[in-house]
Amino acid sequence: MLSWANLLSQTFNGLVVGALLALISSGLTIIYGTLGVLNLAHGAMFMVGGYAGVVAYQYTGSFLVAIVAGAGFVLVLGVLMERLVIRHFYERPAEDQILVTFGLGIVFVETIRFFFGSLSQSMPPPSWAEGVTSLGFMIYPTYRLAVVGIIAVTLLALYLVLYRSRLGMIVRAGIEDSVMVDSLGINVMRVFMVVFGIGSMAAGFAGIVNVPIAPITPDIGEATLVEAFVVVVIGGVGSFPGAVLGGLIAGEILSLTSMINPSYSQVMLFVVMTLVLVLRPRGLLGAEGRS
Amino acid sequence: MSRTTNTILGAKVSRRAALHSAAGILGGAILPGGLILPARAADNPPLGTYPEGSSGTSVFVGISVPRTGTYAASGEDLIKGYQLAIEHLNEGNALMQKISPNIKKGVLGKEVKFGIADSEAKPNTAVQNLGKFISDNKAVLVTGSVSSAEAVADNKFADREKVIYLPGISGSNDTTGKDCVRYSFRECFYGQTAAKAIAPELIKTLGKNKKVAYLTPDYTYGHTVQKSVEEYVKEGGWTTATDQVSPLGTTEFSSYLLNVANSGADVVVNINFGRDAVLSIKQAKQFGILDKMTLAVPYNTPFLAKEVGADTMQGVLAATDYWWTLEDKFPLAKMFNDAFRAKYGSLPEWGANAAYMQLAMWADAVERAKSFYPPDVIKAYEAGAKVQSTVGEVYFRGADHQLVRPVIIERGKKPADMKNPDDFYEIVEVVPGEGLMQAPDAFGCKMGGYT
Repeated sequence: MLSWANLLSQTFNGLVVGALLALISSGLTIIYGTLGVLNLAHGAMFMVGGYAGVVAYQYTGSFLVAIVAGAGFVLVLGVLMERLVIRHFYERPAEDQILVTFGLGIVFVETIRFFFGSLSQSMPPPSWAEGVTSLGFMIYPTYRLAVVGIIAVTLLALYLVLYRSRLGMIVRAGIEDSVMVDSLGINVMRVFMVVFGIGSMAAGFAGIVNVPIAPITPDIGEATLVEAFVVVVIGGVGSFPGAVLGGLIAGEILSLTSMINPSYSQVMLFVVMTLVLVLRPRGLLGAEGRS
Repeated sequence: MSRTTNTILGAKVSRRAALHSAAGILGGAILPGGLILPARAADNPPLGTYPEGSSGTSVFVGISVPRTGTYAASGEDLIKGYQLAIEHLNEGNALMQKISPNIKKGVLGKEVKFGIADSEAKPNTAVQNLGKFISDNKAVLVTGSVSSAEAVADNKFADREKVIYLPGISGSNDTTGKDCVRYSFRECFYGQTAAKAIAPELIKTLGKNKKVAYLTPDYTYGHTVQKSVEEYVKEGGWTTATDQVSPLGTTEFSSYLLNVANSGADVVVNINFGRDAVLSIKQAKQFGILDKMTLAVPYNTPFLAKEVGADTMQGVLAATDYWWTLEDKFPLAKMFNDAFRAKYGSLPEWGANAAYMQLAMWADAVERAKSFYPPDVIKAYEAGAKVQSTVGEVYFRGADHQLVRPVIIERGKKPADMKNPDDFYEIVEVVPGEGLMQAPDAFGCKMGGYT
């Protein structure tokens, strides 16, 4: 399947696939980088966002409402989760945090399965993004092109909030020395709650944006979580730009390997992750280990 | 609450059981001398869960199917079929008696109880489930699968444990081919059989000398079915443009589909199953591939048309095990659909039919063997008695334990031609099994012993 046309198509497709992975992974990495909590329920939140959006779509028929509902619902879910459960685990060992988020993930998946069953749920793309667009060297689904734009804007907004705003400054200060930030009269806990909500929202947002591409089922988040982890490890754990870069690299690996031998594309993803771990254990853009 | 017990030869038995035994002895004493009684349980040595599993007033059937993951929807369909069958066995339902004429209430008069476990379509989990059913519940029968990988693993495990196992959904040529075992019997056909049935119809409809792109799941089912289809469409001069192999549970098919789009193929043969089939077809539609290439499905997945929509499935040729409109042709299909609809409020897919038929034919074999002793039941199966089914008369082939049954060729209807929301397919042909079946040893089936 090696031809220039196919190489171009696959390279382009890698960027599109990577964009979605970048968005999902950025949520995971923001939470870990800020709170030090590895959220294994992240895949489930991706899925919950999809379902919340689909339900909103079924009632309103509006793509925009679906997106807002999907992202908004998971934002609230994330805030509640942090407030009610995660907060009590900040001081506990990492394995406890992993177990509790893993458990919450199962609860979310099975709750959705209870209400919606195992058959897939779907939602069409908005009318302005239906059909295919000819790019000269290939035709490509218009909606997937739109998704790249939507994700780019979202990632930029996330970056500005976390790195160029007062909230972002407090967050980063809180990571360094939460006692000092507290004594300056800033409620660090509240900031952490907001960060957890935003990180979750990124997953929920990706979840609903992805529904017109891949209809959702309750366990669709499982594979997504694994890929998001690979992306975070490649990019550097806790690094927001790392997640974006890692996402794009992962997308290219999946796409380009499939040209040579499709059955190796998933394997290659893990091969590259292993290489990164051996050669640069903190990831491509990872900072020195946080305390 | 403790019950009064008597002690006979050191074993504690309830007063009721003691009375029964006494009545039996008295009854036996007054039977005419020439009457030959069926072989008693005690005549056979213990084997697997025998005689423990069938010594009480009930027997246990262990069901292991995926309830989560890519194949969850098909797994739930199977469960509905199993539950309906067990209900019908216990009440001696009229449909059950058509398939298994000796059934009264229960199997050999014993109530059938069951347990369900989630296999996640993973061989390891599936085998652990069977192990628990066998050791904890003394199951006389274990059943269920949606992935051939689990069916093959279950086959080997059940054969070692000497407990009969019946695959649920499993299309690989290996299940009753190179991985066949004495203790397993398959209802759904070989991928090879399906390929042989659908290939002439594909060539007739689409013409000769076409180029094919395959979408193949990366495990035993995918690989064997792909090879079979490739072999039979060769007769029409069809060649392979590309074979896109993807892991089970893939959600993003775009890179595979771009390879298909750039392959110059005329036909896309999609072998993916479950959610993989749904996602790959939906995404192929998004990429505009189905506007240029014709889709064909050699082993149709339950609920496919419902999930991808009639618009996408119109004109698509598929081979399947069962479709509900067969009720116009087969009276038992009508009875089955009616019973299913009454219980669940929806129509059965082919997984439910396979599950129902598997339990019904097992009950028939046990009734004919007049015993739960596994070798006797297996021999009753192997005798190849003709059984009435929801798709006409069928029988098991002794040499590879494969049901000889028709393959249903269906074509997706145009949305305008659908008479109701479930009327997705027209039946193109019911191809008789006899002429489709390859020799029993064509895929290397070598059976082990009975004990």
